[in-house]
Amino acid sequence: MRASLGRIGAMMTRYTYLYLVSPIRILELVYWPTFNMLIWGFMQDYLNSATHPAVFAASYLVAAVLLWDVLFRSQLGLTLGFVEEMWARNLGHLAVSPLRPLEFVGALIATSLVRTLVGVGGAGFLATLFFGFNALELGAGLALFFLNLVIMGWGVGLVVCAVLLRYGLAAEALAWGALFVLQPLCGVFYPVSILPDWLEPIARALPATHVFEGMRTVIQEGRLDVDLLAQAFLLNIPYALAGLAAFLGSYAVARRRGLLMSTGE
Amino acid sequence: MTSAAAAVEARDLSKEFDGRTVVDRITFAVPRGTTFGLLGANGAGKTTTILMLLGLLRPDRGEARVLGHDMERDRFRALQRANFSSPYVSLPNRLTARQNLTVYGRLYGVSDVRRRIEYIARELRIEDLLDRPVGKMSAGQKTRVGIGKVLLNQPEVLFLDEPTASLSPESAAWLRAFLGSYRDRTGATVVLASHNMPEVEAMCDSVAFLQQGRLLEQGTPGDLIRRHGMRTLEQVFLEVADAAADRPGGSGSGG
Repeated sequence: MRASLGRIGAMMTRYTYLYLVSPIRILELVYWPTFNMLIWGFMQDYLNSATHPAVFAASYLVAAVLLWDVLFRSQLGLTLGFVEEMWARNLGHLAVSPLRPLEFVGALIATSLVRTLVGVGGAGFLATLFFGFNALELGAGLALFFLNLVIMGWGVGLVVCAVLLRYGLAAEALAWGALFVLQPLCGVFYPVSILPDWLEPIARALPATHVFEGMRTVIQEGRLDVDLLAQAFLLNIPYALAGLAAFLGSYAVARRRGLLMSTGE
Repeated sequence: MTSAAAAVEARDLSKEFDGRTVVDRITFAVPRGTTFGLLGANGAGKTTTILMLLGLLRPDRGEARVLGHDMERDRFRALQRANFSSPYVSLPNRLTARQNLTVYGRLYGVSDVRRRIEYIARELRIEDLLDRPVGKMSAGQKTRVGIGKVLLNQPEVLFLDEPTASLSPESAAWLRAFLGSYRDRTGATVVLASHNMPEVEAMCDSVAFLQQGRLLEQGTPGDLIRRHGMRTLEQVFLEVADAAADRPGGSGSGG
């Protein structure tokens, strides 16, 4: 166990070095979350002034965009760590080191968590300054919302890594775009009840949908809907397991086909 | 040779890609503390064989064992005690040599990584390269840093793919001497793939000739030279390769 943690720590050191040799990357971590938050924050200010306050109560849009960024950044943070190894043609070296695939996943998850906290945390701080947004208004649900979103992000991120391992950097665009396919279904900015009937069951099969529904309940009704959180957690179990299975399965295929040494630009 | 005496064993190893046989039922054993050379032209199956021995590539048939561990079921215990370098697979370019060696030192669980890196840097004469990004090094410098990575965990088995391919003649001679000295001091086993016959003749205790994925012949360089009545290993290789190509079906099974 101690050796495993040491190897996970070694990989986190590797990703930390990337920020030390290219400090501009730290700016990139907070740039897009901040940019998104500002656009939606100003939009919210406008809507608050133009419509009935009950519709756009409190910091509804800012909370939505920040939580969406938790989901997106957790997926992107994990996938980018993997893509970084592909760019550097380092997967072969890692595969013949004592680093186990599960430890590699552990390192990607830990690095993604740090990236997400820095990126969204920075944007959240600025949201407080600009729009008076108070994340603590989400109450005890905040940590649970966060946890559910990062787990789903990691599950999707692992599936993207599995595809990258299979198809190489030709599939690189998925790293940035995969989650946006799901965004209209997650009900980030609107309740899923407005979706067409046939789409609603698909939307409700996504853990993030229940988180965003739960967020709206907290903001609009001032209560935490435990049922929604429980559904998100229950759905996240198969998502996380499917992501892990996809990654490990793809890794096994890559070993059989000799893809680990040949990945790169 | 018994399994206990062999550091590396290939038993009936085979690999196909897209229906094309690239390694065909190869069997050999490398005694501990010796240097073994896999010889062959480009595409002969040398690198594929090494990758299967490392567990990086799964054989279609057969078995690879390193330090007694089955590389399909128990490879990480062997990988902890082995290491690999190839001039064709450099370390991450953005990181400096020191940063790369630190990461890999920690992956291998080296206890005092900083001191180990400084020791290796002195041994390999790469002190002046330590704080330079790998991407700004020449091919030869990258190779030397790659050898530094190989030595981090004081491996019992070193897998080296074309270890001197990008080095100047003086650097190559120096590295050959260094690897020989390392093996003698530590009792390590060296498996190298090369098509540089004089180098293999100078470094290896035993060699295996590969052509189109098949193992044509193996033995000590001296024995092979005597057996074929030649003066150099290169002449033996050319004769063996010609004879194999002349046999019915000799050029049709691999690539």
